[in-house]
Amino acid sequence: MEEIAGLTFEQAFQQLEEVVRQLESGELSLEQSLTLFERGMLLARLCESKLDAAEQKVNQLVGVSSEGPVLAPFTAEE
Amino acid sequence: MQIYTVSQVTQYIKNLFEVDPMLQDLWVEGEVSNCAQSTAGHIYFTLKDARAQLRCVLWRSQVAQLEHLPANGKAVVVHGRASVYEAQGSYQLYVDWVQPAGAGALFLQFQALKDKLQREGLFATERKRPLPRFPQRLGVVTSPVGAAIRDVLHVLRRRYPLAEVILAPTLVQGDEAPPQIVAAIEALNAYIDVDAIIVARGGGSLEELWPFNDERVARAIFASKAPVISGIGHETDYTIADFVADVRAPTPSAAAEMVVPDQKALRAQIRQYCDALHQGTRQCVAEKRSTTEHVLALLHRFSPRAVVDRWRQNLDERRQRAMTMQAHRLALLREQLAGMKLRLQTLSPESTLNRGYAIVSRRDTGAVVAHIAQVTSGDAIAVRVSDGHFTGIVD
Repeated sequence: MEEIAGLTFEQAFQQLEEVVRQLESGELSLEQSLTLFERGMLLARLCESKLDAAEQKVNQLVGVSSEGPVLAPFTAEE
Repeated sequence: MQIYTVSQVTQYIKNLFEVDPMLQDLWVEGEVSNCAQSTAGHIYFTLKDARAQLRCVLWRSQVAQLEHLPANGKAVVVHGRASVYEAQGSYQLYVDWVQPAGAGALFLQFQALKDKLQREGLFATERKRPLPRFPQRLGVVTSPVGAAIRDVLHVLRRRYPLAEVILAPTLVQGDEAPPQIVAAIEALNAYIDVDAIIVARGGGSLEELWPFNDERVARAIFASKAPVISGIGHETDYTIADFVADVRAPTPSAAAEMVVPDQKALRAQIRQYCDALHQGTRQCVAEKRSTTEHVLALLHRFSPRAVVDRWRQNLDERRQRAMTMQAHRLALLREQLAGMKLRLQTLSPESTLNRGYAIVSRRDTGAVVAHIAQVTSGDAIAVRVSDGHFTGIVD
């Protein structure tokens, strides 16, 4: 269960969809369904907390050096 | 002194034509005359004005794809390249596009490029790639100043702040714009792992939007590894970039809307999934409970306890039956006994005694005296009658 914390929003959301699909398909043991339930709730909470915590990151590609792209924070003028 | 062959000179002149960029990309306006189609399907004609004539050829392969064809007396604008036909020692225009005269120059260029790229398959719907569902990193190719970038960032922040934005700043109008836009698209593809690229520009005149009708820009969009969504000008503006892009949005804001999911909808979806999780688990538990109850009932039926119970019941029944039979037999015996008693009674000496008979017995031996010879004078006797006995002496 601990590997959930490392998921991206996309991975967590897609796993949540999969968990719901599995749970709705039936044919699970009681233990499996309880495990899925628990995992699904953790995934849902992770997705929500990721949305809650998200702050838009904007960088500007200012050039390319020998070490790769050079990025600088960007703020649009109002 | 060098003497050349005719072929050498002709070849030399032909080379002069073909290294001249202007002659390789010519727009010419004139009136069509001497127009004829060969049996092979090529169209030969002459363009003329008041003072000169230009021989033109339109190959069969082009003829099939053009909307407008030359016809005698028509005023047209054609596009093509000038070159030398060695066999006749004449130069001519190899035409690849024909349009009735009168349209604006920009419109002609636009139409010609659009037709050409379409023929090459740059707009083919089969090659349009879907946009990612949850982009993690988005490239934005536009001007760092102005409404377009502001609108795009605003929409992205509101809808899906999880997406990181990399702005590749460019000019978006003027002759310098196309190479910058091309470089920006190429750099995002080469150095940044973007999931999609927004190519945007706010509204403007046809001339201001012109960089997005540039062939280089169109080819850069076509070559992009990441899918490209265009949001250029207003709703009514269509540029070549729009046709090549994987998705065309009517404005920069609309492009941002289309490229990311809306967190409001996502949150609602997540809550729905939570409900489904609860519901699904409840249902699973309920199903398991009913199955368990069913199995328990089965188990109970076949448990040793139940077997013992059944045997016990069986035994009880047998015992009950045995007891009933026993009681029956006893009653029968009792009845038989009563009958016998009755019969015995009728045979007993008592009833005889009641009728007045007496029983005489010797007192010394107790023997019943049935014959005279059993007694002599002086013997003590007992006489039994119906209600008792008395004694006497034999005379």
